Amino acid sequence: MKINFEHKQAAHCENGVTTSLLKNIGVHQMTEPLAFGIGSGLFFVYIPFLKINKGPAIAFRTMPGAIFKRTCDSLNIPIIRKKFRSKEQASDFLIKCLEQGDPVGVQVGVYYLSYFPKEYRFHFNAHNLIVYGKEKDNFLISDPIMESPTVLSSYELERVRFAQGALAPKGQLYYPEKSIYVSDDQIKQAIIRGIKRNVRDMLRIPGPIAGVSGISFTGKKIKQWLDKRGLHDSGLYLAQLVRMQEEIGTGGGGFRYIYAAFLQEAFGYLSNHGELLEISKLFTQSGDLWRDAAVQAAGIYKGRITTQQDFNVMGDYLLNIAELEKNAFEALSRIKWKP
Amino acid sequence: MKKEDIPQDLSSLGKITNEVCYVTDPNGNYVTALSKGWEVKITANDTAWKDIEDRVNSAKQKVLNKQASPILFFMEKRLMDLSILSAYTGFWKWQIRQHMKPSIFNKLSNKKLHKYSNAFNVSVDDIINMRTNED
Repeated sequence: MKINFEHKQAAHCENGVTTSLLKNIGVHQMTEPLAFGIGSGLFFVYIPFLKINKGPAIAFRTMPGAIFKRTCDSLNIPIIRKKFRSKEQASDFLIKCLEQGDPVGVQVGVYYLSYFPKEYRFHFNAHNLIVYGKEKDNFLISDPIMESPTVLSSYELERVRFAQGALAPKGQLYYPEKSIYVSDDQIKQAIIRGIKRNVRDMLRIPGPIAGVSGISFTGKKIKQWLDKRGLHDSGLYLAQLVRMQEEIGTGGGGFRYIYAAFLQEAFGYLSNHGELLEISKLFTQSGDLWRDAAVQAAGIYKGRITTQQDFNVMGDYLLNIAELEKNAFEALSRIKWKP
Repeated sequence: MKKEDIPQDLSSLGKITNEVCYVTDPNGNYVTALSKGWEVKITANDTAWKDIEDRVNSAKQKVLNKQASPILFFMEKRLMDLSILSAYTGFWKWQIRQHMKPSIFNKLSNKKLHKYSNAFNVSVDDIINMRTNED
């Protein structure tokens, strides 16, 4: 049993799953940057009291599942999303979907994901992939971060669908309920809505840890790390920051480049808003600054530069980025939309 | 990032698949391009793994000194913490802490050891003898 389905590689797993599932039901306009932008994917949060893999909890994107949900909501596409108590039910439901001809998005943990290199297999449970068929005991898998489609045996798939720990997937699967026609006008409206929501998430969440203020908060904290945590642990913390920012799926620069690409595509739909192109350049600059900061961080965790001055430089990178992104989002919030 | 600046430092992921990056072409338009990896990320990952190895080795030493049971060793080896191990086995965290004491570990029933064996993906025999079959 194999559904006619085109595998497409993407930078980020959830963007990729959203793009491919929507294209598959006929939303031919969908691209990875559009899915990311309409889903208001850009974010920053640092939660000092929460630890992930013994490091600080830092995210450069919105919470798992939100991009698919928001993008479908904005385009009025009904979705089916299910979690399961039992492994048998989870497997039966998946097979039923495939028999009906629906490719299905599935949330999995990467620790037991057999085709991933061992070095990347941590207990991270918010990875997404598409199942598009079954041949003998193997499920056909389209994992957006891989260049080619792959397979998982039914045991391997069950194991990753029922991975345990934070954000345990509980067999979760999701897909658009039916094929639907989406007009360019709907895309325009969805773009505007996505930008407004992203402005809200980055500028208007109260408290110091989220959005633009979260970035400057982290910058100030970094300057205290050497004193507070010592060189060894500070190095681990900075390595964690860089991994969250650059590792598989961010498209580089902590998703800032994907967002810049989104604003360019948005201009294609909203051509009387030339300011989108100017603001896009600000996000490119921000992505470049994040990558310069990563190089500085690497100097520290490799033990090449180790003084307080080096931590100050690191912290200042984030303070500058916060300022830049604040300007960029304020410029977006000032746009008077003329669709 | 400009297309010509995209790093191509071969990472362990790069041996299996290239990664999609978003970069600008000479006209400033965004395009996608593939990268084999970036040295800055590779060393970030290495730093995390070095820390894991240190923890695994220190756990191993504790087991050899009879200060802890092999449950501690395998928990570190499998990158788990008490919450994750508790979720995989169904034991409470305080029970797992007990099972990490050699005197209590030695009296564990086969049924309980089997739960650990499933969680760690090794045989009961391997748990008792602190053996891993990979690397």
